[in-house]
Amino acid sequence: MLTIKDLCASVEDKEIIRQLSLEVKPGEVHAIMGPNGAGKSTLGNVLAGRPGYEATSGSVDFKGQDLLDLDPEIRAREGLFLAFQYPVEIPGVSNMELLKAAVDARRSHTGQPELSAIDFMKMAREASKAVDLDQSFLKRGVNEGFSGGEKKRNEIMQMMLMEPSLCILDETDSGLDIDALQVVAKGVNAMRSPDRSFIVVTHYQRLLDFIVPDYVHVLANGRIVKSGDKSLALELEAKGYSWLEDEVA
Amino acid sequence: MAAEFQQQAIALASQQSVLGWLNDAREQGQLAWNTHAWPTRKTEAWRYTSLLPVENEQWQLSDTASDTLPQSALAELIEFDAYRLVFVNGQLRADLSSDLPASLVLFADANADQQSVIKQHLNQVADQQVHLFTALSSSLLNQGALLHLSKNQRLEKPVYIVHINDKANAKVTNARLLLVLESGAEAQVVEHFFSTDDQDRGWINAVTECSVGANASLRHHRINLESEQALHTGAVHVALAESARFNGFTVANGSRLKRIDYHIKHLGSGSDLQLNGIYLPRHQQRVDYHTCVEHVVPHCTTTEVFRGVIADSARAVFNGRIHIHQDAQKTLAEMSNRNLLTSDQAQVNTKPELEIYADDVRCAHGATVSQLNDEALFYLTSRGISEAEARVMLSFGFVNELVEGVELEALQQWLRPRIAHMFGQSDQLTRHIIHE
Repeated sequence: MLTIKDLCASVEDKEIIRQLSLEVKPGEVHAIMGPNGAGKSTLGNVLAGRPGYEATSGSVDFKGQDLLDLDPEIRAREGLFLAFQYPVEIPGVSNMELLKAAVDARRSHTGQPELSAIDFMKMAREASKAVDLDQSFLKRGVNEGFSGGEKKRNEIMQMMLMEPSLCILDETDSGLDIDALQVVAKGVNAMRSPDRSFIVVTHYQRLLDFIVPDYVHVLANGRIVKSGDKSLALELEAKGYSWLEDEVA
Repeated sequence: MAAEFQQQAIALASQQSVLGWLNDAREQGQLAWNTHAWPTRKTEAWRYTSLLPVENEQWQLSDTASDTLPQSALAELIEFDAYRLVFVNGQLRADLSSDLPASLVLFADANADQQSVIKQHLNQVADQQVHLFTALSSSLLNQGALLHLSKNQRLEKPVYIVHINDKANAKVTNARLLLVLESGAEAQVVEHFFSTDDQDRGWINAVTECSVGANASLRHHRINLESEQALHTGAVHVALAESARFNGFTVANGSRLKRIDYHIKHLGSGSDLQLNGIYLPRHQQRVDYHTCVEHVVPHCTTTEVFRGVIADSARAVFNGRIHIHQDAQKTLAEMSNRNLLTSDQAQVNTKPELEIYADDVRCAHGATVSQLNDEALFYLTSRGISEAEARVMLSFGFVNELVEGVELEALQQWLRPRIAHMFGQSDQLTRHIIHE
């Protein structure tokens, strides 16, 4: 699915990711944890192709293609999805318009027929129900006036409709209360399948109680300093990050 | 040069056939026109808009309606059940117009009572000493339309007045509309200006006066989508009596010269004004909106929202003035103007002005100029949407709120695709924002 080799990446000429390597196979869930400033969000943004996040060396292979060579919209159409840490508010563009445009783009790229307006509406209603968002949110401006939790649930709804093969969740748990967290986790778990992979970026172990990872990696100073199974997350929760940083130093 | 142009216009007037009972109004108009100092670049009201396109042309009167209009022209008409008056090159085309109610009449067909209503109100709402092209309109006055609603009269259908230009030569059309609503009357009016020919080089000077009586309500729309080569000068003048309501909407593309003035006076307490406007110049187009709202009496409200999306090398001007007279206590007035520049060459000059002489009022105004938001652009592309489509969606999104605010459903549905196509020519780029 995704093979990252010796990736280095900079933001505004500052190197944030340093020789990071990671292999994600189909169906796997990888959690990436680490202290603030470790480069967790940068990794997600580099993979999604955010302008200003520049890969300076190394390689990223996504389903047999050089990911870094693709424009952000092509990455999305190929099946890479980034759930934003801070979803953008776009007044004047409705959620429904964005969703239809997004799903049409993905489907036509993969040779699937376009959905009729009615079929799509049905699907969108089901998705909004699945993340516990009222249908009225479909007609509202994208994220406009949504609470923090509503924005995150909206991200998951988009993810469901786009049916990506690789989902990157960037601190989706930040700012969520426990109820919203469960809704988000339920949505993600429903999407787990043998040919879909997840990278779950989080600061806290809490989310991983609900989305149980196959692997846990600890990111510090731009590289993976420790990998393990889900028990590593519990260890981090108990001991914090400082012992790892000491170990690396 | 300038004075010469004023003389030229008077010479044109002398070639017209005239309705005798309008002679006084014409003479007063010509007097006002001649006493106006011709604007220069130092004239504040014309600082950013050049009048050279009108000065550098030998104008002839537009006096012939085309017998045939391309089918595409008729397809441009808004389809809805309305009292429709269609003018082509300034001449009425009865075959394209509908049956009219007794309250709607051409000046030429006005009976004695209607003539006296016209004489009583014409240039009473508009001040032709202040508005140059209103003075020109009166100077050339030989036709126009009157809507006169009596007390508590409510029109069943909207009034739809269409001006089509299909001439590629320099002809000038003088359009005049007078709306008189007695107390408690209600009407909806759509004024629609467009060209059938991309090369239409005509000039239309269109002046509308609205006298809205006590507790009367007027919903007025002005759609200015002429060719790039066409010239438009025009004004909408409104007088609001006690507890009267005016709900205005205007949208314009740009052209070589497009200048539209709104001048609204709150003359009776409790009156309410809502004015929304959208301007969308692109290529090399120019568009200039000047609005002036005068609060003369207490307890009136104004909400004014103008938004512009300026593309390519286009230039826009917005000058919005709210003037609160000394007696206009308890005024509530808000004005906002937001501009989106979608290219590095696009320009806007925006100038919101508040002039306040009363001490117990609540007024706010604001103006912003911005570019497309990179974060929003990335958000959309990260969802698989092409950058080109994302730009169209964001540009449309910038004005969408005002489009959705158009309560005349047929007009709103008609506007959506036309505005969308100004941001993206191909259907591929607009199909997700055009929906029912």
